[in-house]
Amino acid sequence: MSTTIKTPDAGGHFGPYGGRYVPETLMAPLEELERAFHEAQQDESFRAELKDLLANFAGRPTPLYEAKRLSQTLGGARIFIKREDLLHTGAHKINNCLGQILLARRMGKKRIIAETGAGQHGVATATVCALFGLECVVYMGEEDMRRQRLNVFRMRMLGAKVVSVTSGSRTLKDAVSEAMRDWVTNVSSTHYLLGSALGSHPYPMLVRDFHRCTGDEARAQILERIGRLPDTIFACVGGGSNAIGIFTAFIGDAGVKLVGVEAGGRSGKLGEHAARFSGGSPGVLQGAYSYLLQDEDGQVSLTHSVSAGLDYALVGPEHAWLHDQGRAEYVSATDSSALNAAKTLARTEGIIPALESSHAIAEALRRAPAAKDEVFLINLSGRGDKDTDIYRENFPELDQDNAE
Amino acid sequence: MPSSERIARCFEACKQAGRPALVAYLTAGDPHPDRTVELALAMERGGADLLELGVPFSDPIADGPVIQHASDRALHAGTTVARVLEIAREIRAHSSMPIILFSYMNPLLRYGFDRLCTDARAAGVDGCLFTDLSVEEADATVAAMKKHGLDTVFLAAPTSTERRLKLVAEYSTGFVYVVSRTGVTGEQATVAGGVHELVDQLKSLTSLPLAVGFGISRREHVEAIGGYADGVVVGSAFMRVVEKYGSAPDLAAQLESFTRELSGRS
Repeated sequence: MSTTIKTPDAGGHFGPYGGRYVPETLMAPLEELERAFHEAQQDESFRAELKDLLANFAGRPTPLYEAKRLSQTLGGARIFIKREDLLHTGAHKINNCLGQILLARRMGKKRIIAETGAGQHGVATATVCALFGLECVVYMGEEDMRRQRLNVFRMRMLGAKVVSVTSGSRTLKDAVSEAMRDWVTNVSSTHYLLGSALGSHPYPMLVRDFHRCTGDEARAQILERIGRLPDTIFACVGGGSNAIGIFTAFIGDAGVKLVGVEAGGRSGKLGEHAARFSGGSPGVLQGAYSYLLQDEDGQVSLTHSVSAGLDYALVGPEHAWLHDQGRAEYVSATDSSALNAAKTLARTEGIIPALESSHAIAEALRRAPAAKDEVFLINLSGRGDKDTDIYRENFPELDQDNAE
Repeated sequence: MPSSERIARCFEACKQAGRPALVAYLTAGDPHPDRTVELALAMERGGADLLELGVPFSDPIADGPVIQHASDRALHAGTTVARVLEIAREIRAHSSMPIILFSYMNPLLRYGFDRLCTDARAAGVDGCLFTDLSVEEADATVAAMKKHGLDTVFLAAPTSTERRLKLVAEYSTGFVYVVSRTGVTGEQATVAGGVHELVDQLKSLTSLPLAVGFGISRREHVEAIGGYADGVVVGSAFMRVVEKYGSAPDLAAQLESFTRELSGRS
């Protein structure tokens, strides 16, 4: 049995983390959102509509796939993959977007804004806005627009306006700041469809609850398949939405190790990675208190990852709490190990993963050979189509006519 | 330690003089930390009654482009929390104008909040306002500030419910900062409709002075708001002057002249 999650408290705290660190103008709208969420959860018609959309629009349940060739190649752990990459729009992000768009409609909001890093959340937001006929504005760092061009085009094709953010590092953090500035300005007409388990309460809680279907399904699927729980679960952690989505169902299962994999980037030097637990310390950014990459004066550090979706200075507050309690372990995988993991999965299983998810795969690959008789479960949060340009840049040998 | 009461006395003196207090925001360290003292004193000569000394932060979510750029310049020039406190101390050596620190939480948490309160009070700072601190998260910070005799200024917003306005009034000392409109900081052509009603609503909840800010940039705004509020906060309009004359030798004179225009004092 999985235990019921008792976090966060009424103020949105996971231990000391989370909370509501926002300008007063946003407090009443956050309270309104929290109220709408609690009411919706009690409303049978809301739950039924969401369930129907998840099944028939998004494609749930997603398969639990046993990666036999990969397991054989590594010669250790038996590896299962939760195929969130097979969802409509290509990543887990659609789960949360469907939930929040129904909330936005309930609250009578006509305009939706979102931030996006890799573009997966932006595409999922643009998709649900098209589905419900709502205006959609997506903020995206200029640097991310360059490296995720395909997703920019997809958003535009879906009818969204993509606003290029040129402040700061021109990545996810700056896109969140611009989205918050838009929200504080247009708060009566607009719902901010935040895409990760980040930001001010109630977002980390509601994003988790809209994604917990991943872990609930995976837990039932693996019990049915092999009659036991996995030994270790791997998920990448940017803000941490896919990770909290798969972890939640297993938090009460003390024997199941939970491993979150952050972006190790180019090196361990501040500014060259996004490993908040090894390189950061608790602080406040964009509404929440959690582990933050910052300099000695409390200014937020620049981050780097080959994967735009993990390139963020703060980790979701529930992960900070799981970390401090020792319930989950957080490690990092470098750019190059993630790239290599993607190639390995492509060539052993015929699955090209998103660069974000490749970080989780990299850590599983590293541990698998020494984990004979163990069962691994990897959350494959997204597919790699959007990363084709980056894979091409990094595997130039495959881009020649005589390539093998 | 009791509050310095400099803020209370300042609003009282303005009231006696029949005019709103001009609360002037200045990003510490823009264009360079060595110049902030001179600029603050120039603003005081021009008629600023109370100084909001901005602590620059890398990710100012409540600020529009003008203060974002001012923060970037200040950080680029090497401004730290410790340097801001030195600046406050130097201003205090030359002025009895109330000083409040205007900041996002993270740089101060990193500095150590109790240490900040001790050092701020020793530097002659009278209070603090944190743009991203809701009253819900404020118990520990308010307790620390009270212990050190610092006033705790909170924001009231057009979106605040009656319940929230009561909380804001309850947590505030010195004055309440009334946000005139939804949005980020930045100059506007006109004062937002509805702010007069918000001020009236707050008057029924608190006897603290009420200062209106966000979007205020002209003498006519100061006069209009002065008709119903105790103070007017101007920020981006000052930082626009700093941006324009940053490298010019007469920056302080320009800032003084613009402050005089806003204050209407000769």
